[in-house]
Amino acid sequence: MEHRYAFYPGCTLHSTGVEFGVSTELVCRALGLELVEIPDWNCCGASSAHSLNDRLFLALPARNLAKAQEVGPDDLAIPCAACYSRLAAADLALRQDDAFRAEMEATLGFEYQGRVRPRNLLDIVANDFSREQLAARVKKPLNGLKVVSYYGCLLIRPPRYTGRWDDPEHPQSMDHLLGVLGAEAVPWSYGVDCCGGSLTLNRSDVVVHLVDRLVRAAHEAGAEALVTACPMCMANVDGRQKYRGGAPLPRKPRPDYEPLPIFYFTELMALAYDLPVGKVLGRHLVDPRPLLRQRGIVL
Amino acid sequence: MAIQPDLSFAPRVAELSHQPVQRCYYCLRCSAGCPAAPFMEYTPAQILRLVQLGQKETLLRSSAIWLCIGCETCGTRCPNEIHAGAVIDALRQMAVAEGVPVGERTVFQLHRAFLDSIRTWGRLHELTMLMQYKLTSRDLFSDLDMGLDMFRKGKIHPWPKRIKGMAQVKGLFEVTGERQTG
Repeated sequence: MEHRYAFYPGCTLHSTGVEFGVSTELVCRALGLELVEIPDWNCCGASSAHSLNDRLFLALPARNLAKAQEVGPDDLAIPCAACYSRLAAADLALRQDDAFRAEMEATLGFEYQGRVRPRNLLDIVANDFSREQLAARVKKPLNGLKVVSYYGCLLIRPPRYTGRWDDPEHPQSMDHLLGVLGAEAVPWSYGVDCCGGSLTLNRSDVVVHLVDRLVRAAHEAGAEALVTACPMCMANVDGRQKYRGGAPLPRKPRPDYEPLPIFYFTELMALAYDLPVGKVLGRHLVDPRPLLRQRGIVL
Repeated sequence: MAIQPDLSFAPRVAELSHQPVQRCYYCLRCSAGCPAAPFMEYTPAQILRLVQLGQKETLLRSSAIWLCIGCETCGTRCPNEIHAGAVIDALRQMAVAEGVPVGERTVFQLHRAFLDSIRTWGRLHELTMLMQYKLTSRDLFSDLDMGLDMFRKGKIHPWPKRIKGMAQVKGLFEVTGERQTG
């Protein structure tokens, strides 16, 4: 069975989320999932476009949808949760708002066909592949590594953009996937709570508060690590444990702080599939390799 | 002192945000789940109520409208399908359009620097974006430790690259009326 998808990596997969980019490529190749990168894509606008201009918020991702039409496959794979949400929002606007569609078609010189379907990579991996297909490639099961699945915000909300490929309040696709890999996804109550997203640099106090709550809740649930599908969540929950912002002096960790390694779900897939992902794991700010060695998961 | 409501405010916000703001009956589900609520002087439900009551100046000058993270918890849980996040986006845009002093200067400056990066390169280039943010916000020294670690780990590229389709990107900034900084 052949799986071809158009591919929108987004800015972070080449920079702060480089581990997500590398592990996505490795895992997709192993699954026989061909990614055709859309040419000359631009930034989706992230949190900044909708904060300052709700028309630019839809216009920037509209160009990427126009470019995706040129590529071929209808399903457009997007690993980053925020990029995915912006492209889905733009597609809905192009579909429903005649004036907006006409303006974009004139500005970008294309004709909207409505056949490109923006989809998150987790949706594709969890729903386009059977449990058996995903399990067949496992060579080194994760030995019951205890983790919490962290879905965050835009991956599964709002339903008008996601179309409910997973439940917005009680999502399970990542939990099931991690189970297939041999990990144990323990239940907790913070799987859909936001990490603070775009406030990380300009109001780091808010993000430090939210990250502390997530890290504490994960430990309380008995987890050894947290698994995410979003580069913003990684930057915040990984980075703000260690580097806590605040000038002139950084904020101190809370007295009972214990490090909590953070993984992209694709990294754990790559480990279980015995793909060469060890090198990028060292690029996390909280190094997850001691935990993996301790749990007998060889890099 | 008598409080003067602006009776045209709620219909204007409803039009700009495409949200039925008058439907809110104050059940507070939005605010119970809001991650930023502890830091806001008005919670999302209070923001909706102040919109209904025509308290334009209060809202446009507030810090709360700049602290919304856009996580969509409120809109997903609202029994009346009001997306408070979209309402707050509209309030921010009104504040900027009317030249009201921004309630959270650093939040505004980061968004500005981010959009300027897209306008210049077509994609986000973290290093130049951060330099602009640091200079405009005068918050020069925070997070240098994290930045250096990320740079050392190859997560921040020194040189930006420009995409080919810049004419189209500039066209999108123009048709959406996004003004240049400065």
